[in-house]
Order: sequence, then C-alpha cells, then structure tokens
Amino acid sequence: MPKNLKQLSHTPLRLTGGHRLCPGCGEPIVVRQVLMATDDPVIAASCTGCLEVSTTIFPYTAWNIPWIHIAFENAAATIAGIEAMYKAHKARAAKGTPLPDYIDPDADYKFVAFAGDGGTYDIGFQSLSGATERGHQFLYVCLNNEAYMNTGIQRSSATPMGGHTTTSPAGSVIPGKQQHQKDLTACMAAHDMPYVAQSIPGRWRDLTRKAEKAFAIDGPTFINVLTPCPLGWRLAPEMTPEISQLAADTCMWPLYEVEDGQWKLTYKPKEKKPIEEYLEPQGRFRHLFRDEKGAEMRQKMQEWADYKWNQLLERCGEQ
Amino acid sequence: MPEVKPMEGNQAVAEAMRQINPDAVAAYPITPSTEIVQTFAQFVADGEVDTNFVAVESEHSAMSACTAAAAAGGRVMNVTSANGLALMWEILYITASLRQPVILTVVNRALSGNINIHCDHSDTMGARDAGWIQLYGENVQEAYDNLIQAVVIGEREDVRLPVMSCLDGFLVSHSYELLQVEDDEAVQEFIGPYQPRYPLLDIENPITMGPLDLWDFYFEHKRDQWEAYGPAKQAIIEVGQAFGEEFGRPYGLMEKYHLDDADFVVMAMSSMAGTAKDAVETLREDGVKAGLLKLRAFRPFPSEEIVATLQNAAAVAICDRAASFGAETGPLYAETIAALYSAGMQIPCCNYIYGLGGRQVTPEEIVGIYRDLERIAAEGQPSQPLQFLGVRG
Ligand SMILES: Cc1ncc(C[n+]2csc(CCOP(=O)(O)OP(=O)(O)O)c2C)c(N)n1
Repeated sequence: MPKNLKQLSHTPLRLTGGHRLCPGCGEPIVVRQVLMATDDPVIAASCTGCLEVSTTIFPYTAWNIPWIHIAFENAAATIAGIEAMYKAHKARAAKGTPLPDYIDPDADYKFVAFAGDGGTYDIGFQSLSGATERGHQFLYVCLNNEAYMNTGIQRSSATPMGGHTTTSPAGSVIPGKQQHQKDLTACMAAHDMPYVAQSIPGRWRDLTRKAEKAFAIDGPTFINVLTPCPLGWRLAPEMTPEISQLAADTCMWPLYEVEDGQWKLTYKPKEKKPIEEYLEPQGRFRHLFRDEKGAEMRQKMQEWADYKWNQLLERCGEQ
Repeated sequence: MPEVKPMEGNQAVAEAMRQINPDAVAAYPITPSTEIVQTFAQFVADGEVDTNFVAVESEHSAMSACTAAAAAGGRVMNVTSANGLALMWEILYITASLRQPVILTVVNRALSGNINIHCDHSDTMGARDAGWIQLYGENVQEAYDNLIQAVVIGEREDVRLPVMSCLDGFLVSHSYELLQVEDDEAVQEFIGPYQPRYPLLDIENPITMGPLDLWDFYFEHKRDQWEAYGPAKQAIIEVGQAFGEEFGRPYGLMEKYHLDDADFVVMAMSSMAGTAKDAVETLREDGVKAGLLKLRAFRPFPSEEIVATLQNAAAVAICDRAASFGAETGPLYAETIAALYSAGMQIPCCNYIYGLGGRQVTPEEIVGIYRDLERIAAEGQPSQPLQFLGVRG
C-alpha cells in the first residue's frame, strides 16, 4: 500500500532543515519526497553539485542517514560500491560467516544516489550506464535543474533549446542554447532496466509512488525529476511546485514510467497548454519574447515538444 | 603446507589476492596487469573466493566503487597500470583523504604518449603526492609478499591509508620465477579480520563522508592526514619484521645490498635492483666497494633512513625510471638530494634516468655507472649531473 499524505507527513526527516540551499530550490523537496517513500534503512550518495555543497558544509550536516560524496562524475559508481559491499557481507553471511554487527540482519537496505543533470546527463553518464548494465540494486534520482547550477548556471545537455545559461547565453546574434535537450530518460529506458520514470516535485503523489516502486526493486532504477532552480531559471522562488506542474501541462516534461519495458503515462493533462505558459514566468526564456527571432525559436521548441509528446503517446500505446 | 611453485608476477599477485579473499574487488583490464583481473575473475567464477567482483566500465569507476565499498565497511582491492592509474588520479587523492585502506596493485607501465605498454615508473611517480603508501617490489616473490603486507600496513589503526603495491610490467609481471606460496590459513592469520572504522553500512550511527570542507577546516584535515605518514613508516618496518618472523622473509623500508662498507652506491627501485645486484657481485670480485640501496618504500619517503644509510658513501648514483618533465632531475633523485641536504650532507650524487618505455638495462651499463661513481668520487662532483642511460643520439 502506498503511503497516504498523513503517513508521509509523519515520516522522520532524513534530510533536515538548516541546510543552505536557496529559497525555493527544488532539490530538497525532491530528496525529501523520495526518502519519505521508504521506511527501510537508506544509504545515500551524491555527486558534486548544489545538493552536496549546501547540505554538508563541515562541521555541519543536514543528513540523518549515512551519506557519501566522492566526486562529480561517479555517483553511480559510488552507490554501486556501497551496494557491492552490502551484498558481499550478505553473501558471506549466507555461507555462514556472521554479518558485521553494525548490519541489521533483518532489515532490507536501500541505496540511493542523488545527482544533478550535469553529474548525470554529461560527466557521469558513463558511470550511470555502467552501473545500470551491471544490475546493482540502487535508485538513481536525477535532480534535473537543466544546468550546472553549483558553478553558476552553465549549460548541460539537459538545458532546453532556447534556454539562457552563462555558456549558452542569449546574445544579439544567438538566442540561447541551440540544441534540444538529450532525452536521458529514454536513454535509460533503452538500458532495459526494471524501472525508469520522469516526475516533478509539484505532484508529490506522483513522485513518492514512483520512489516507492523503485525502492521495492532489487535492481537498478532511475527517476528523472525536473527540479526547478529559482536562481538559474530566474523564477520567483514560490513558483517551484507550480512551474513544474506547468512543465507537465505543456508536455515539456511529461510524467511517465517504464516498468519492465512497459511505457505508461502517469499524468495526462486535460488540455495540453502552449509552451509559452511554462516559458514566460522564467527569466531564462525572457529573450524569446522580445523579437521575431525569439518567436521562431519558440515555434521550434513547440514543434519539438509536440514531436516528443506524440512519440511518448505512441510508446505508451495512447495513440 | 607452503609450496614452491613457478609463477609469473601476475599469477603471484592473483594468488595473494585469492588468499587475502577481499570482500570486494572492482577492477578494469589494462596491459600488463590484465591477467591479474582475469585470473581473479576465474577464482570468483569457480567459487574459490567470496569476493564480490565488480567488473566496472572504467578505472575511474573502479577506484570510485572501491573507495565507496571500503567506506561502506570492508576489505577492498584493485589492480591497474599506466593510463588506468592516470584515469583514477582524481579519486586516488579522495581515497587517501577519506582514509580508506584500499589496496591497489600497480603493474608499472609507461604513461602515454606515445602509447607504450612496457615498464617504467611514470605512472606511480605521477601519483606520488596522492597520499597513498607506495611499496615497490623487485621480483615475483616480493610482489606476492608486499601485497600481503600492504593489507596489514594500510589497515593499521594508526595508519588507515590506501597502499599501492608496485611491480614492474612484463619484467616481473610476465616473468616466471620460483615463488614460495604460503598456506592460505597462514596468510589469513597474518592479515587478520578487517576492522572497519565508521562504516557507512552502520545505519544506527549515520555519518556524512566527503563533505564540503572550506578554508576554516580543510587545512587542519590535511595536516592531520600528513601526520599519518610517520606511523605509516613505522608500520612498514614492523609489519615487515613480523612477516619475516612468520614466513622467514623479513622486509623493511629498503634493502641494503653490500652497503656496510660501500664507497660507491647505486640507489634504485624494483626490478633494476636485481640487475644491479649482479653488477655489484662482479665489481666486488674486482675489489670495488660497490653497494646497492634498493628502496622499497617510496611513500612515505624514508629520508632519515636513507641519510643514515648513505652517510659513509663516497659517491651515489640515483636511478629514476621516470622523467619529471620540466624539473631538472627525476623524482627519486630530487627527494634523496633534499634529504641529504637537509641533513647537511654533501655527498657527490648523480642522476640516471633509465629504462623509459621498457628499455632494457644491462649489467654492463650498471657496471658503467659504478665506474662513473669512482670518477665522481675522485673529482668531488659529477661532470654530468643527469644522464639518460642507454639512450641514443
Ligand atoms: C571533474 C570535475 N569537473 C568539474 C567540476 C566543477 N563542478 C562542480 S559541480 C558542477 C556542476 C554541477 O551541476 P549539476 O550536476 O547539474 O548539479 P547542480 O549543481 O545543478 O545541482 C561542476 C561543473 C568538478 N567538481 N569536477
């Protein structure tokens, strides 16, 4: 049975307050929703990025669970190493060697990685692909804020076309990023892993259910969560949940899951909104509303969103 | 019963790994160490070890997974060479800083470019400041013995540092020698059970490992780390003695070969020491007071012990199997000279860079080095402080 709102609200916080993430940052919201989804012991790994630098400034930590950070491009290899050691002890125990006394023999340990889109789509993609192919048991959550925020808003391959970042700036000649974002969720689904999903922090039930499903699987699972960044998106901090909902309603970020190869929409907007409703509140797209060139760009972006949405509907057997 | 068997260096390392039976190994193949990974994978497939073997997709992930697995709480080993070690470089520092006693066999090979699969020490010399203990073995037996000792040294309570056990690519890794293989039980007894410190799998006592550490604490943490290398040196000595008592082959920071009365000393590491021993024998027959200082521990660098050992030498040739580009000498020379100078010693010394990319070193060439030393001692200083041994043009 999935936890209801009351049960979720009574789950002890595993990422506590007092961290130094920005007001309105989507990352702690996503982390908490994911960690609320299980009562089992959880060990977490993060890669270098906003979450890591803001929650663990020595000598303080916001983590109430064992947590490790090694570097930027290896969250998957890191969580795989921890899982490998756990499995090694369990396998030895099955052959008669006593488990180390700090491991609870009756508990079912879970392993989760939280990584930014830079650490996932770009520099950490190899590590994620490798760990997934090897079949370790972990949930990998991509905190996808669509740029390298920790280092000051540089483009990643998750940055949408037209998006202004400091390395794909909107200029008088070039209106922001020139390429579409990589469809990483589909790339992960192509690994034939047992569970892949896309979600947002604005629909807690969607995300916690997906995390619950993922945690229940003894294998690699991946949830790509669009995670608004008020600073990088030039967005009012209170709009974080709402903007993520608009991403779903415009089909810029559809909510779906791929369970054992079965694609399924988990949310279908009653009425598919034009992308402008999602773009306009965000300063990173402001230049697209100034002139003809911007309008052309928006046109391209709308066409891409339509194309990807139709592709998804087809994969989900909805067409 | 202990047995004497013909074995290649790589097989000897794999055999030691089998006997150590670590909890986890995450490794990636690269010549000339591939055979260790393959042999160990076969041990796993045949149920001869309990190890969780993770066949990762790169050395970067190998060292990341090893570091994390050790942090989770258990004994972890890994194997690599050259470019593989270079790809681990970022993580090497982190393993040491997190004080995880991961044990890494490095079969030394020249770094690219150009690409070359044969022996030199550019790989491990490039990693010399990463915070790992580095032991260099001369032959197959030492590769085996060093690996077993590495486990005990690295895991000691007052050390808790990762250890590289280095052997020369092809020259040792692919050479058959007679190996004294100790009993599995005796090896297990010698290494003892793994004692974890702050394991991540301890759910009741959650810790945050690898935090952001800024100007207000980072420096103290680095100084604390610095202080582990004194105990590490002591551990190398004590574990080497204990190994000798148990198995009859004692080890220390260095081997002193005909050094007691030596005027002319060659200082070298790894397989070149074997060739140099031959040259020393030849020269001693001619009445030349030749000696060899074979350095076993490059990290921690045993300055004091080197100074004490060299104090009566008339001239010293320091042999580096690595170039330090842009520096005026090789790394072993630079560190030795710094040690001598700090101790106020003015022994005439010269530096030979040799054997890059697997270039053979002959006993005759080493005899030539001793002849140079006789001249240098007579003249009071070398006419050529740095020479490239056996290089053309
Ligand atoms: C090997 C390496 N390259 C670059 C960096 C610098 N760096 C640190 S965090 C970061 C970007 C993080 O972006 P992302 O993964 O999207 O996470 P976010 O901070 O946005 O949550 C970069 C480029 C690094 N730490 N390591």
